[in-house]
Amino acid sequence: MIVFEKPKALTDAVLHYCPGCTHGIIHRLVAEAIDDLGIQGRTIGVASVGCSVMAYNYFDVDMVQAAHGRAPAVATGVKRSDPNNIVFTYQGDGDLAAIGTAETVHSAARGENITVIFVNNAIYGMTGGQMAPTTLPGQVTQTSPYGRDVKTVGYPVKICEMLSQLDGAAYLERVAVNNVKNIKNAKKAIKKAFQNQVEGKGFSLIEVVSTCPTNWGLPPVKALEWLEENMIPYYPLGVYKDKYAEEVK
Amino acid sequence: MAKPIFNKDICKGCGLCVTVCPKGIVALATDEINIKGYHPAGVTDEDKCIGCAFCATMCPDCVITVEK
Repeated sequence: MIVFEKPKALTDAVLHYCPGCTHGIIHRLVAEAIDDLGIQGRTIGVASVGCSVMAYNYFDVDMVQAAHGRAPAVATGVKRSDPNNIVFTYQGDGDLAAIGTAETVHSAARGENITVIFVNNAIYGMTGGQMAPTTLPGQVTQTSPYGRDVKTVGYPVKICEMLSQLDGAAYLERVAVNNVKNIKNAKKAIKKAFQNQVEGKGFSLIEVVSTCPTNWGLPPVKALEWLEENMIPYYPLGVYKDKYAEEVK
Repeated sequence: MAKPIFNKDICKGCGLCVTVCPKGIVALATDEINIKGYHPAGVTDEDKCIGCAFCATMCPDCVITVEK
């Protein structure tokens, strides 16, 4: 009996991500959710610009690669053209929380029936580790060598908290992938976000607090510890909005 | 009996699986280099494996399949 194997919604392509990069875990969780719900044949993914730009090589579903930050806008079009499709976007923090903030906010405000997977690793990964909107105060990056100075560049953007104020958003949860327990919770959250779309409940966004060992300058195991000690206190995990649960009350 | 199968050629030697094994039997090879140039992960004592699949859950690269 097989206890654990690679999900069918992933191709056999070898991931290009750095050793220990949690993108691989999140790819697998999305693929497992697609497998569990049996929606592989009608799922369309929209990849972002960033390290996950080549996600179309890894998901065994139809994929579109959107211009930087525009994945929710492209997903809106794909979903509205045939609402029977299950449409998800897979975006990093440089994509979703910086250049794509407008698309993110307005797709949530419109209550588009799409699923957004937001990978937050507090840095621009692909371009070599520059400061991102989600970089923590005091965090050292290539463009903040003395640590992020909030007096000159301001404070990080907390996407889940921000979107939770919008009536259009149906489900917002922040999860992490730093240990087995959190990965299991992340799996549940991602599956629920897809389930919501299948049931037509509207905009779901799952923020996954993630690592970037290469650009944080840490070995993979130490990066997970750094995530737990620094990122989770600043980006608390939990459900930020569940419109359906509120209606049930 | 539980049996973890490591697809060693796609392992990047990040060591995340090593940290989560409750039995402490997952280790990076010290005397072996895979096709990508990394020291791949494997099990030291397969008889002790309980098939929890924690290593496979933690692996970013789907290296591990667990059978029971």
